[in-house]
Amino acid sequence: MPQQTEQWREMLINWLIKISGYSAIVFVTLIFFFLIRESLPGFSPETFSRLAGSRWYPIEQYYGLAPLIAGSIMVTLGAALVAIPLGLGTAIFIAEIAPRWVREILKPLVEILAGLPSVVLGFLGILSLSPWVRETMNLPTGLTAFSGSLLLGMTSLPTIVSVAEDALDAVPRSYRDASLALGATELQTIFLVTLPAARSGVFTAVMLGLGRAIGETIMVMMVTGNAAMIPNSLFSPVRTMTATIAAEMGEVAKGSEHYHVLFLIGLTLFVISLLVNLTASSVIMRQQKRAERVLS
Amino acid sequence: MVNPMNKVTIENLSLEYSDGAESLRGINLNIPANAISVLFGPAGGGKSSLLRILNRLNDLADVKTVRGKVLIDGQNILEPGVDVIALRRKVGMVFARPVPLPLSMRANLTYGLELAGEHRAAVLAEAVERSLTQAALWDEVKDRLDEPAAALSGGQQQRLCLARVLALQPEIIMLDEPTSGLDPISTSKVEASLQKLKTQYTIILVPHSVQQAARTADYAGFFLQGELVEWAPGRAIFSTPRDKRTEDYVVGRFG
Repeated sequence: MPQQTEQWREMLINWLIKISGYSAIVFVTLIFFFLIRESLPGFSPETFSRLAGSRWYPIEQYYGLAPLIAGSIMVTLGAALVAIPLGLGTAIFIAEIAPRWVREILKPLVEILAGLPSVVLGFLGILSLSPWVRETMNLPTGLTAFSGSLLLGMTSLPTIVSVAEDALDAVPRSYRDASLALGATELQTIFLVTLPAARSGVFTAVMLGLGRAIGETIMVMMVTGNAAMIPNSLFSPVRTMTATIAAEMGEVAKGSEHYHVLFLIGLTLFVISLLVNLTASSVIMRQQKRAERVLS
Repeated sequence: MVNPMNKVTIENLSLEYSDGAESLRGINLNIPANAISVLFGPAGGGKSSLLRILNRLNDLADVKTVRGKVLIDGQNILEPGVDVIALRRKVGMVFARPVPLPLSMRANLTYGLELAGEHRAAVLAEAVERSLTQAALWDEVKDRLDEPAAALSGGQQQRLCLARVLALQPEIIMLDEPTSGLDPISTSKVEASLQKLKTQYTIILVPHSVQQAARTADYAGFFLQGELVEWAPGRAIFSTPRDKRTEDYVVGRFG
């Protein structure tokens, strides 16, 4: 009977959608357990004490995570310092200030930049940025956390600009009119009304941008100098967690202590990005709940 | 000579947008002080454009040409050297859709004053109470001024927007279909407020219906496709219109 086939089709589609939905959760959980299985069980008590050290020199069994974590944090924070003000500034310019024709050129341009492979930026870093840093700052090498931060900022910039610009653009024209009609200047309107009204979108933009910065590997490997030591300033070479995995995983003996430690670094990255995402979504959720209460 | 009774004098005003949309052609109009002047007519007639010229909100739109003069207290506000910010404090505007800024109620009311450089708490508190009382909202919200303005109902929001304009103590209040989204009870509250306010302010109202125009008008002008067809004091325009087109619209033959 045709009605019965109709029901079957409905049920099949229903199941397909359910399965694809659950599979995302299953995959993430599997990755998490895989990382745990490949790292923690292989650890002897001595390994744990070695992890707490302040040196990373696997050949002599120094597995101190501190320099790598410090390197990642420093480069990511540096990138945030570059990308957040510059990104929000650009987004505000495109959405609020630029004349229409400038906007129609800039917006697609920024979106193309977002697709630029970061390894190309790495080239730029090695060939022009790092010699410039070395000469102007009078350093032994230009491959430093500073160079890494600048370039990393550039890679997260397009994401921040593009998402934040959409958020600003979604603020109704009437908000701006109301503010202007009360005697606010255009700049006062942007900072007191438009930006606060778009804040959850702007926050998402920043988080997505920084998420990209934390995970970036190949470019930081090219320009940060790859010296695994605890950096004493922005102008010393560093090595990030991602770069360490990429550089050493190819040569490590499967099942060795070094191998398990590399997986632990992967696990650490996983947990960090999980925490960043959780914080972000809880902030956004809180705002949504307030907004829902407010709008109902 | 400028008649002191006329707050706003519009002389031969023409406006054209670059996309050829709604325009104004040769408008001549005297808007008297301390009365409600109603600008009515079908959509696209140029009423909103006229309001947006009076507070220069049109500066940001794609305007091709503006010709003519708009005198407020004898000063032509279309001249390039005019202080637009000061003008907007003097000529307040309430929009069709209530637009509470994403702030608390109190911050909505003090927004304009603080931007004007007023930070004394006592002055701000006085302005909040005075403006809310004038807009007939004080009793409903006095205990929850620090809640987000968006938590209010639509009618309350629109009275908040009126209060926000009143807090600045403007001289002219323009309202662009302020009750188009409101229920009849809220509408009558807004209209009652306007009747009280006209003793102190010059009020220019674009009503959302002919009935509202007839209820509220001290002076009324009928706008059709960018032209001011007829301008009359009192309610004469609704009972004995001189122009055939006005009559057709008022009795509902088109619109």
